[in-house]
Amino acid sequence: MTERNADDIAIIGWSVSPMERHTAKTETQMLLEVVTGAVEDAGITRAEVDFTCAGSCDYVAGQAFSFVQNTDAIGAWPPKRDSHVEMDGAWAMYESWVRLLLGDIDVAVAMGSGRSSTADPALIYPMEMDPFYLAPLGADHVSLAALQARTLLDSGLVTERQMAEIAVRARHDALANPHAQVSGDFDVDDLLAADYVNAPLRRHDLPPITDGACAIVIARGDRARELSDNPIWITGLAHVSELHYPGMRDLRTSQAARSAAKAAGLDEAPVQVAELQASFTHEEPVLVEALGLGADVAVNPSGGPLAANPIMATGLIRVIEAARAIREGRAHRSVGHSSSGPCLQQNLVCVLEGSPDPASRRPSHQEAAASTAVEAPDTRGLLEGSD
Amino acid sequence: MAHQPCAIVGIGQTHHKSRRWDVSLGGLVREAASRALEDAQMDWPDIDAVVLGKAPDLFEGIMKPELYLTDALGAAGKPMFRVHTAGSVGGATGIVASHLVETGRHRRVLALGYQKQSEGNAQFALGSGKGASLGAGGAFAPYMRSYMYRSGAPADVGPMVAVKDRQNALKNPYAHLKLTDISVESVKASPMMWDPVRYLESCPSSDGACAVVFTDEAGGRDAARAGRAPAWVLGSAVRSEPSQFPGRDPVRPVAALDCATDLYGQAGITNPRRQIDCAELYVPFSWYEPMWLEAHHIAAENEGWKMVESGETALDGSFPVNMSGGVLSSNPIGASGLLRFAEAAMQVRGTAGEHQVDGANVAVAQAYGAAAQYFAMWVVANSLDPFGA
Repeated sequence: MTERNADDIAIIGWSVSPMERHTAKTETQMLLEVVTGAVEDAGITRAEVDFTCAGSCDYVAGQAFSFVQNTDAIGAWPPKRDSHVEMDGAWAMYESWVRLLLGDIDVAVAMGSGRSSTADPALIYPMEMDPFYLAPLGADHVSLAALQARTLLDSGLVTERQMAEIAVRARHDALANPHAQVSGDFDVDDLLAADYVNAPLRRHDLPPITDGACAIVIARGDRARELSDNPIWITGLAHVSELHYPGMRDLRTSQAARSAAKAAGLDEAPVQVAELQASFTHEEPVLVEALGLGADVAVNPSGGPLAANPIMATGLIRVIEAARAIREGRAHRSVGHSSSGPCLQQNLVCVLEGSPDPASRRPSHQEAAASTAVEAPDTRGLLEGSD
Repeated sequence: MAHQPCAIVGIGQTHHKSRRWDVSLGGLVREAASRALEDAQMDWPDIDAVVLGKAPDLFEGIMKPELYLTDALGAAGKPMFRVHTAGSVGGATGIVASHLVETGRHRRVLALGYQKQSEGNAQFALGSGKGASLGAGGAFAPYMRSYMYRSGAPADVGPMVAVKDRQNALKNPYAHLKLTDISVESVKASPMMWDPVRYLESCPSSDGACAVVFTDEAGGRDAARAGRAPAWVLGSAVRSEPSQFPGRDPVRPVAALDCATDLYGQAGITNPRRQIDCAELYVPFSWYEPMWLEAHHIAAENEGWKMVESGETALDGSFPVNMSGGVLSSNPIGASGLLRFAEAAMQVRGTAGEHQVDGANVAVAQAYGAAAQYFAMWVVANSLDPFGA
């Protein structure tokens, strides 16, 4: 176990909102709750937060400058050092982490939020494609994912049965996740009997449409140890993009995920849990291979994006779930992964490690307040691609 | 960890215009980035990470354009980061890029801000397509009226700022507006847009991009030895506050005051008016020049207008402001903040050409956004120790 010093940064608290097909709450209201939940989990108040950074998307919100009103959720009075990325909350955490590395401030909150229910993702997603050659085709993420799945099937790297097995495992694991939107016990053959939504993808290969938000508290070494008996150390954090055009990439693998994992030092020691932003079943084996994860690694024990997919928060939730695995003693070292863009164009890898002596830790504020856990909504509901 | 010094060794911008229909979005950003790389004597593979900033994606109709622009900006195989903090985004983009160097994460970082407003209708997008937008001028007009009332500033001060910035723009080959015969009289004769702001006191809508190359101390010293003066980042700061609540003063926002206080503390500035040689402030509507001089501790409260009236903020004055022509002369929104930051760096590098301030050793830049609630600032200098501490 490496000794941590003042320049190491740790996760000391988090909060995840209910995951719902549609929430009546605004993004600001969702963020208000998760920021409150995260600082309470860390045992601090908003006044002790030195920096905040949010990740959200105007196109998902259907409004220009949509993040501006979300400033109300962070409690920026007196005014705060604050930023916003038009990226998943995982990148908001990246900016927060870099900001803390400067060394002059100690505590940051990163958050991610999105309400996908207000529009049809199939109409929105083509807008993120190259505006000349791809957007006019209506190339949405499901269509592009289907092309990547076809490539994997044709290469013999995955079968439709294996994809269904991933969905069955994710939905089963999600039964234990109070935040999951889709969960339950399913039969592989039943799933394979369904029609294609977008061949070769069936409904179970797709993530649900989800409204949700999350927030995470990170702190510099000395402050982290002061606030938490079990700080979860960020030992590596890196992100890498690759060419936008799927036709110019080898879709059988993810070079960007591989590079990000290397830069984050993922291969320096084994991990027990990996939370991957594999939004489609076939993306999981691509990422498992790119990240070099062995068969003994538990992949997406939370159910992953197939169980709940609040766009712009999905990636940061992966980091939170990877941290939760350490807090709950299911892992000593874990990895959270986020992705953005068509066919896994952009990838972020966050490697986490528990504190040297987890046996001596006290229960977290969150565990102490476990009775307040949000009830899982009934889930077998509307998946993307359905009405 | 005491953070490492960060040097600016390359700056590039496009020729800003109403409609750059000669280039795609990719072409626009490459035009600025190529100039910055040439200035830095670098090539695309030399860059370790790219930070992209721009204002709302609805302005061009492309969501998360950092995905599409990864190819044009040579960012494949590298980290590509996207910042959006409303009008302050250009400033925030430069600051995030400088942090990547200061923390030792990367050695050479490209920051790029752009907006191609001709691709869409900003007024429509500001209202999110719902047609209810006041526009920025309508949103800021009450604050400016309130400033005039509080400070007792003569009505000509706004028009004087408008004239000064447009005259500076005549010396800037990249500026959008080139209004050769502008005068206080012609400004006052132009149509009233949002009382008290007239047409000629308002910023244009521009297509344009700005790029800045950052590197570490060794890189900065190498550039200096090669005769290419770097600008050193002495400090940077951001602050945000809520859009509205009863305790807020939008005319003199606490976030603006705090941001400047934080910044000057980092840079060792105790007397901004004396120690800073010139400033690029985000002035999209004329009255914001005196308002920001006050809210950033450069002038005393209610006295900023006197610096305008006495000519102190002119290019040949004692405290030149917006030497480039400012936002009033070029406004590709997502780039506008980075253009302010870049101009400050050009001044201390001595590369500002006809709009160079003689003896500019220390310069401050600022950008603000949304309901005058997001602030980003930095101080740059021609050495790491300009005050001889």
